[in-house]
Amino acid sequence: MWIALNTILSKEIRRFMRIWQQTLLPPAITMTLYFIIFGNLIGQRIGEMGGHSYMAFIVPGLIMMSVINNAYANVSSSFFSNKFQRSVEEMLVAPLPGWVILLGFVAGGVARGLCVGVIVTIVALFFTDLHLHSFWITTLTVLLSSVLFSLGGFINALYANKFDDISIIPTFVLTPLSYLGGVFYSISLLPESWQLVSAFNPVLYMVNAFRYGILGVTDVNLALCFGILLVMIALLSFISLRLLAKGKGIRH
Amino acid sequence: MLTVDKTKPALSIRGLTKVYAGGLQALRGIDLDVMPGDFFALLGPNGAGKSTTLGIVSGLVNKTEGQVELFGCDIEKQAFAAKRLLGVVPQEFNFNQFEKVQDILITQAGYYGIPASRARESAERHLRALGLWEKRDQQSRLLSGGMKRRLMVARALVHEPQLLILDEPTAGVDIELRHSLWQYMQQLNKEGVTIILTTHYLEEAEQLCRHIAIINKGEIVSNTSKRQLLSQLQSQAFTVELASQHELTEDFALQGFNLRVADAHSFEVDLPKGESLNPLFAALSAQNLAVLSIQPKSNRLESLFVDLVRKV
Repeated sequence: MWIALNTILSKEIRRFMRIWQQTLLPPAITMTLYFIIFGNLIGQRIGEMGGHSYMAFIVPGLIMMSVINNAYANVSSSFFSNKFQRSVEEMLVAPLPGWVILLGFVAGGVARGLCVGVIVTIVALFFTDLHLHSFWITTLTVLLSSVLFSLGGFINALYANKFDDISIIPTFVLTPLSYLGGVFYSISLLPESWQLVSAFNPVLYMVNAFRYGILGVTDVNLALCFGILLVMIALLSFISLRLLAKGKGIRH
Repeated sequence: MLTVDKTKPALSIRGLTKVYAGGLQALRGIDLDVMPGDFFALLGPNGAGKSTTLGIVSGLVNKTEGQVELFGCDIEKQAFAAKRLLGVVPQEFNFNQFEKVQDILITQAGYYGIPASRARESAERHLRALGLWEKRDQQSRLLSGGMKRRLMVARALVHEPQLLILDEPTAGVDIELRHSLWQYMQQLNKEGVTIILTTHYLEEAEQLCRHIAIINKGEIVSNTSKRQLLSQLQSQAFTVELASQHELTEDFALQGFNLRVADAHSFEVDLPKGESLNPLFAALSAQNLAVLSIQPKSNRLESLFVDLVRKV
């Protein structure tokens, strides 16, 4: 099974490396613009947030936003493309258990998420100094968040019937959740009622855990962050494996 | 190659039914056995249930009811063992168009747990045998249609299966390539690989296969050896070519014979099976028509196929 898993992961890495202009370059450009406009130009007028300069405050959130968007996009576009070209049949005729297929694609999503995370971090270093408050919390948060969103991308791809279907969730769900997930502001700035609404946004916990790993500040309890991440990963893994076993979207 | 129980059928199907989500009943309880080492044709008109049957065997379609075994391995209870024995060449291109030819084969081998070094050897052997070795570093989308078909054959063989399913492997392929693919399939069959073929080219089935099943509207309407099937023919068609000085008109006729003018110098005639050709020659001589050649039409299955399919 290790060879099969390694085969899927290598294929996934080869794919996003081959089309680096579409997968690795755009987040670097977008994040550079965010750093210049929000961090430098607007940030100087905002002053401090959470005890740090506004630039330093938004960097962890922007890195995390890039990681989760790219982990999601990698799995949803790659698996749907396999469905569209029918090359998913190569896996279905082979003696591959569902968990190997799922793990291979999720590992591919995590690999792209991490690559983009590293690229955006390097870009961020041109604009601000970054000091790691906790290496383990930072690493664990990035890994668990990219696993969770890779699983989300996988389920999206199973249900998708056309390319539009894999852009609906990122546009109408992921982007609003990211923007409202405390990337650009501390939720302590919000009225209490909106703080309560924000508590239902899973991205808030990832951004805050990651921000704690880098800056040592968070709006929410860390144990709760990791608890939510683990429960959601378990839930989405179970759903993905059930759908795979039924052949949802891949077998008639 | 895996060791398999060759006393059991290469493929055994019992009571297989398939009802699609929209309510279409594609298979109505079919039974089928294909013995190890056979070259077997599954024929039928479009929508008869051929691809659904093979899709279920390959794990690409969920069955509604019934049992399928490959060399005694149940495709559900011993799914992985069964899948290792099977190679599939589907009707439509189903590989990543942006992957390189050799990578497609190595990746496929990886799905079967074959280490990269062995996968590379196997890929090279099959790509060379199918004339694709020179194209190994080319993106698959840049191959011609015939090369893409051969790539799918090579991919299906990379893990050395015991049973090879070919779903219309020569559709849209030119004659020369078709013949080279036939030769390769015959060679594989001689080496012990059981082959199941679906095709719309009935002469292909007639030339290659030893047993033929005909499926129509989700039911097997005939399943026998090619020899027995052809023995059911009541008549046989011959093509008669006349010397060039004779020019046939459309109303050309010979009393007592059912014939069709093919062109200005040849016609097709149906003769009762087992009867002498002499009366035909006598009738032609009586009209002072000189015969240059006479040959049986190779596509003898066609009339049988049409009869069997019409009966349902």
